[in-house]
Amino acid sequence: MSRDTLVSFEGVVKSFGNFVAVQRLDFEIKKGEFLAIMGSSGCGKTTTLRMLAGLEAPTEGVIRLSGKPINDLPTWSRDTPMVWQSLALFPFLNVRENVEFALKMRGVGKAERRRRAEQWLDRMQITEFAERNISQLSGGQRQRVALARSLVVEPEILLLDEPLSALDAALKVRMQSVLKNLQRETGITFVYVTHSQSEAFSMADRVVIMSRGNIEQIGTPQEIYRTPKTRFVADFLGSSNVFTGTLQRGSAGSGIEISTSVGRFDLDLPNNSNPLGQSATLTVLDTKTQLSHTRPAGANAVPVRMIGEEFVGATATIYLETSDGQEMRVQKGHQELAELDLEIGQSLFAWWRKEDGHLIASS
Amino acid sequence: MSGAADMNRNRALDWALVAYIVLAYAFVFAPIAASFVFSFNSDRFPSIPLGEFSLDWYRAIATDPLVWEGARNTLMVGVIVGVVSTLLGFGAAYTDYRYKFAGKQVYLALALLPPTIPVIILGLAMLAYLSRVNLSGNALSVIISHVVVCAPFAMAIIRLRLSQMDPALEPAAWNLGASEWMAMRHVIVPFCAPAILGALFITMAVSFDEFAVAWFVSGLNETLPVKVLGFLQGQVSPRINAIGTFVFILSMTLVILAQLLLSGRGAKSAERE
Repeated sequence: MSRDTLVSFEGVVKSFGNFVAVQRLDFEIKKGEFLAIMGSSGCGKTTTLRMLAGLEAPTEGVIRLSGKPINDLPTWSRDTPMVWQSLALFPFLNVRENVEFALKMRGVGKAERRRRAEQWLDRMQITEFAERNISQLSGGQRQRVALARSLVVEPEILLLDEPLSALDAALKVRMQSVLKNLQRETGITFVYVTHSQSEAFSMADRVVIMSRGNIEQIGTPQEIYRTPKTRFVADFLGSSNVFTGTLQRGSAGSGIEISTSVGRFDLDLPNNSNPLGQSATLTVLDTKTQLSHTRPAGANAVPVRMIGEEFVGATATIYLETSDGQEMRVQKGHQELAELDLEIGQSLFAWWRKEDGHLIASS
Repeated sequence: MSGAADMNRNRALDWALVAYIVLAYAFVFAPIAASFVFSFNSDRFPSIPLGEFSLDWYRAIATDPLVWEGARNTLMVGVIVGVVSTLLGFGAAYTDYRYKFAGKQVYLALALLPPTIPVIILGLAMLAYLSRVNLSGNALSVIISHVVVCAPFAMAIIRLRLSQMDPALEPAAWNLGASEWMAMRHVIVPFCAPAILGALFITMAVSFDEFAVAWFVSGLNETLPVKVLGFLQGQVSPRINAIGTFVFILSMTLVILAQLLLSGRGAKSAERE
């Protein structure tokens, strides 16, 4: 464990009766980072967060905060405030009283309480609503109250459980930058649980991807996007075309290629350490996949049929089908698409440069 | 009866429903209204046409020491029963809200059972049991019996309120540094305050009106409804109408207060404190 580790999960397992929610977690959260834990519902991300908050007890393993095991510490004795999905603001208290709550529970005197609450009301730009009832606030204002209420004790770590899920798209984006700036300015470690890739990727320094109680990959958003470590991650992100096959020596006599049901593709693996004959998965980002009417020379190409087009704003997604019925996608700008003059049902070639392929060794 | 959806409504049906409601209420309240009217009537026997307006019967009960004693007993029993039932009901409702345990369905069924037992059976059973433990025939026995009848009402009212609470509210309080007792005091009780007060008023009203069980166990410390029976057995006196009106107004006041607290508007203003 290094000096900049704030939290470590060591062999943490959580089961509810026969159901194992979290299989065996071993990972660390660094001081001052913005960590997102991402996965679909039931993957164990919220359970992980709740164990850190002290709302669930691990069945096995140790959780350390600043080096000290905190397994047996009740949640009210930990400094791990959480922002809840429902926000869980107290409806019978006004904004100021909500923000002062944690200080009151810690026995902080009235004047001091007021002064510190005032700072956070000001920082979250909700001073003018201080005397208002929670029910009189908009969604965005409630978010700010929830943040102020958790941060007023100036903790080392803040836990966030999908706090933005109830907001509309525009407000969500605005709150994302509020959160990111807040994290940068305060230096408080944020642990942010979400099922939304855009939230995780736009805010987090590092992302943990979980599935069925296991960690699939930990890395920066770029690493995860460009080089998914498992087939699950590639499928979950949905931004790559995925092919499975077996590794073999290149047909030209040099290099390595992967043989799939839709063709053999050259791989850019100068220092291959994977044994030949092993099954493997190739991923190619849909933004790096090209389209043409004729088979390009010297590139990996798959004959495909166009089956659909979807407008997504700055780009469009072209849906394609390979000869064995597998779906592929390509992201293209509108101008480039106009030049290609596509039609549904048309036969085309999808292709990519071999250096744009990414190999997942064992799937 | 107006609004954007007017074309989707059948006027004849609307009027039929209004008429139905008016008739239903008339059926329910006519006897009470009659008792109310006759309590101000100078005639000895309830008959139409009415005699003159008079407060004689009120004067008669106001000067009757037996009525005063009954009223005192009723009030004392009612207040104590209200407080004890509400405390017990709150505990039972919170247990149901907070904990999962084997046999919880049985626990709930038993907790809500007493009001479904015929009052004669309950009264007899209370008398038999309380006399065996030397508690029958005094105010304490009425209090104990009434708590048994009233606590389930309190529990039902508070349980409903707890079911409206965001389940994250209590853990959020713990997470912000409140121990379980502090969360109870600063979150659960304030959130349930309207229901707790409502339960207090309703259980008092139930105790004020309860006759059968009190008749079995009260002995010499008769409550007002038991006194009324005494009057009836002796003679038919319009004083009963006067007492009835008094008890009715008292109970209705409590029930209306409870309704105000439990309805949205009341709950909100209580939340703001």
